[in-house]
Amino acid sequence: MFRVVLIVGVAMIPVILLAVVIDPLAGAILFGIEIGAGIGFLYQRYRAVEPRAAEVAAVPDDGVHRVLVVANETVGGRALLEALQARLEGESRSELLVVCPPLAGSAAEHWSSDIDSAIPEAKERLEASLATMRAAGIDVSGRLGDHHDPNQAIEDALKVFPADEVVISTHPPKRSRWLESGVIEKARAELPQPVTHVVVDLEDESAEPR
Amino acid sequence: MESASISAGAHAHEHHGPPEAHQSSRIDRQTLGILLFIVSEIMLFGAFFASYFFIRVVANQGAWPPDPYELPVAVAGVNTAILISSSFTIHLALEGAKKGNRNAMKMGLTATWLLGLTFLFIQINEYVHIGFSARDGAFGSIFYGLTGLHGAHVFVGLLLLTFANIRAYKGHFGTAAKDHLGVEVPGIYWHFVDVMWIVVFVTVYIL
Repeated sequence: MFRVVLIVGVAMIPVILLAVVIDPLAGAILFGIEIGAGIGFLYQRYRAVEPRAAEVAAVPDDGVHRVLVVANETVGGRALLEALQARLEGESRSELLVVCPPLAGSAAEHWSSDIDSAIPEAKERLEASLATMRAAGIDVSGRLGDHHDPNQAIEDALKVFPADEVVISTHPPKRSRWLESGVIEKARAELPQPVTHVVVDLEDESAEPR
Repeated sequence: MESASISAGAHAHEHHGPPEAHQSSRIDRQTLGILLFIVSEIMLFGAFFASYFFIRVVANQGAWPPDPYELPVAVAGVNTAILISSSFTIHLALEGAKKGNRNAMKMGLTATWLLGLTFLFIQINEYVHIGFSARDGAFGSIFYGLTGLHGAHVFVGLLLLTFANIRAYKGHFGTAAKDHLGVEVPGIYWHFVDVMWIVVFVTVYIL
């Protein structure tokens, strides 16, 4: 609570300066802005989030090992391919579904759903990656996902694809927006399936000789 | 039948009154109680601020404060500094209680009490010399209503601090979290009173 006094005290200094030096109305406007920002901050900081479970299709007991792979820019990464090959080793029958949510270039594009350019790029990456996986002998299909929320894309896919496990591929920490927004933690909290996180460093892979 | 009554009697001996309330491990009851109380207080102040802005912006025609009234901004500014200082002293008291530094705790509580009393004395003195009363139109009513509401809160805070001071000088309060709630809870209330004053000061005297 002492911090609140300090924050409010410091926040009032520019309000008082504006009101005294320029105009009380200017101070009042800044005061209003600060109150709005404060309420917004408190809402974001303390809003309760109900723990929820994702609605997914029941996994059939038919002997087929199904893996849902979620990746965007890292969909063609070598580390992901190697991780998938390792997972499917020893499985007599397996199915893979790769979901590739198109990623908007900026926050403005994201919120205005301006993904016209992102869709063909994601499609191209997905096709290339599917071709590589099929060449490696993996039975795989693919689709684009919800661009707004990777977790929503996962849940959408799991409604029609009863996967035994989920693999999420991202850039390394500090470069991954998905990691920053807690996609992995949320998936682990909401999904009944085990969730594996594969880190693909495309910069390292492009530097390494194949 | 006999064994049943013996068993019931033994149970009653162990637990007087209703069962212990369920408590989250994240916050103790007393702190939660004062925080919820503060939320209700914010709503109360909100109602007064709504009245203030309605009178000033919607109902008022012309200058604010209306002629010939003037508000003693400098005196209120000094009073603001006094009240903000008291937030530092109550913080010092709480830190002292947490770390087992009884002198810091007692000094902080006493200083806070004295600063609060000074604030209240200056405010009453301001009322005496301000030149208008609560009966002088809507402006007078809302001015006294808003600053008086805050003054009443300072008075209540002073009462809480009086008890905290008495207990501190009698050797109460320890370093464990549950043992210094008597400092922490009045401290939270006092910080709230300070925050509200900053807002009241800026709104009524500056803007």
